[in-house]
Amino acid sequence: MITFVKRPEPSKIWTIATPILAVVLTMILGGLLFAAMGKDPVAAIRTIFWDPLFNEQFAGYSRPQLLVKAGPLILIAIGLSLGFKAGIWNIGAEGQYIMGALTGAAVGLALYPLDAWWIFPLMVIAGAFGGFLWAMIPALLKTKFNTNEILVSLMLVYVAEQILASAALGFLRNPEGNGFPGSRNLSQIPAMSNPELITGTGAHWGVVAAFASVVAAYVLINKHMLGFQIRLTGESPRAARFAGVKDKLLVVFCLGTAGALAGLAGLFEVTGPAGQISIDFGAGYGFTAIIVAFLGRLNPIGILLAGLLLALTFIGGELAQFMLGLPSAAIQVFQGMLLMILLAMDILVNYRVMIVKKESA
Amino acid sequence: MKRRTLLTAAAAASALTLGLAAPSFAQDKTKVGFIYVGPVGDGGWTYEHNQGRLAVEEHFGDAVETIYQENVPEGADAERAITQMALSGADLIFTTSFGYMDPTINVASKFPDVKFEHATGYKTADNVGVYSARFYEGRAVQGTIAGMMTKSNKIGYIGSFPIPEVIRGINSAYLHAKKVNPDVEFSVVWAYTWFDPAKEADAAQALIDQGADVILQHTDSTAPQAAAQKAGNVITFGQASDMGEYAPLPRVSSIIDNWAPYYIARTQAVIDGTWESDNTWDGIGAGMVGIGEISDAVPEDVKAAALEVMNSIADGSYQPFTGPINKQDGSVWLAEGETADDGTLAGMNFYVEGLTGEIPQ
Repeated sequence: MITFVKRPEPSKIWTIATPILAVVLTMILGGLLFAAMGKDPVAAIRTIFWDPLFNEQFAGYSRPQLLVKAGPLILIAIGLSLGFKAGIWNIGAEGQYIMGALTGAAVGLALYPLDAWWIFPLMVIAGAFGGFLWAMIPALLKTKFNTNEILVSLMLVYVAEQILASAALGFLRNPEGNGFPGSRNLSQIPAMSNPELITGTGAHWGVVAAFASVVAAYVLINKHMLGFQIRLTGESPRAARFAGVKDKLLVVFCLGTAGALAGLAGLFEVTGPAGQISIDFGAGYGFTAIIVAFLGRLNPIGILLAGLLLALTFIGGELAQFMLGLPSAAIQVFQGMLLMILLAMDILVNYRVMIVKKESA
Repeated sequence: MKRRTLLTAAAAASALTLGLAAPSFAQDKTKVGFIYVGPVGDGGWTYEHNQGRLAVEEHFGDAVETIYQENVPEGADAERAITQMALSGADLIFTTSFGYMDPTINVASKFPDVKFEHATGYKTADNVGVYSARFYEGRAVQGTIAGMMTKSNKIGYIGSFPIPEVIRGINSAYLHAKKVNPDVEFSVVWAYTWFDPAKEADAAQALIDQGADVILQHTDSTAPQAAAQKAGNVITFGQASDMGEYAPLPRVSSIIDNWAPYYIARTQAVIDGTWESDNTWDGIGAGMVGIGEISDAVPEDVKAAALEVMNSIADGSYQPFTGPINKQDGSVWLAEGETADDGTLAGMNFYVEGLTGEIPQ
């Protein structure tokens, strides 16, 4: 019979091997699913994983789009991972993302039609600040009144969504929009737009910020005292307190950083790919980023790869839909399958599989 | 396949590969793409657009290939979905939701040889036409039936987003209900979604709990129908699609979007090389808006009154917005005998006199 024996410490080989194994396993199971639906499984898998990167017809466009899609996910997930490592559960990044976009856009639109070089940088600062302030609500409630930050941050997502709807319909509505909801198109106003920096790469300032945040988080976690305190708090809050970690300050730092990064992601999205404040601007990046953070095992490099992988399945899934006529529900099942297998495979990292012969009694 | 010239530098990289990939396509098969906001099985808005697509396939047979992508969010993702479809060699692309307006215009500027048709918007370009249906004509018929059949004099209305198209429908339904029943009152609930069965069911239930015995909906699922059926003694109308599975009660009639003739005509124009950007807004007369069979649950006199409204609109002798009509604040909108012009209707952002509540701002 098969038993699982806990490893003294996580296996290094399996940590690297499981994601690859999981992708292969998903391809096989997903292929069976697509075959059962009467589609060519090889073509489907190739369309999802290969075509966005290498299809000569699409790749020139899809490859940069991977960065566009992964950028906000990585930026938000990096912020979340700091808190998660310390046992501080910010579930409301979606709200911080929305509020960052709103604050930044509001600052920019208040200055319209002024054209000056400093407007965009000012909007970036405002965006980060908006997300930061929104995250300060659960942070202060937790440190002052010991409320649960999971609930508070999550509920604030719905508040942010209502403010977003009211902004799109009211105070940020485009006065030249014929009565339709939605703000002016920021990406078409030169002083406020966040364009592609190098043609054909898809990289806008948000992607640059995402890569910078990966490096910064790596240094912080591995080389800095604060990173050590974060890890220590996560592993043993009591020990951390004895070691002189100011736990309240840490809550403020972790939530604040996550909020500011999510706010930045929102600002870069609203001035770039999304272009405008609209009722459904919040596309769920804040929630997907939680998956990215855990998929990346809260490790900055892991988060980078996880963000790119998720972006690949999104874009490949879209291609598979109209190239092969696969319904979007089948693509979602496939994506869910991938995430579940990836997480389930974790058992191989922490446990050793042993085949034990049954001894006769 | 025609060689496409991509103007912007962003897509320049793909231009080369596109030229290389071109021979792999059948030489003269016209490719028509559709971008859907909901799933093709929503039973409402997207379902009817997909019926239009299937009609195109049936009409042209092997001469035309159709592709579609469903569940495309109305934000940053839409632009990628449309671009990828254009890259895949589509000659004509229908983008079937209001929120695709700016993305459609953006993508169209990069693919001058591809024709685009955007539903329910107002921005056109040399290669972008817009089309919509005068759903408010159908609302006049609904309002007549609703006003005559309600016993509680309370009519519930599930609005999606407070955009002119939806506001027009509310005004039209209210004016015609009021005409046959001066005591009628409308309650409007904004669901902020086009398709969300759970939210729509909640909204319907809330309205029923407030005493409404007629539910009108501008959302696309059949959930309100199910809620009304469960409550009993509540009548509903099919939205976008016939929703005939709920006849004869609660569904007593419906507004059916019939896109097939338009889709076939526009595809033919692309094949013939005669396509030009247009602004089509057709109603009951042209067959773009259909009134679903009025069920036996409706008394004969009500049915006769409804059919009279329908026929007078169809033959052009009556316009649903004919004065005297005041705005909600009491100011005069249309004087006696005056009819609304298309410009005002297209951007309608006010309630008519007698409606309570405010349009969300």
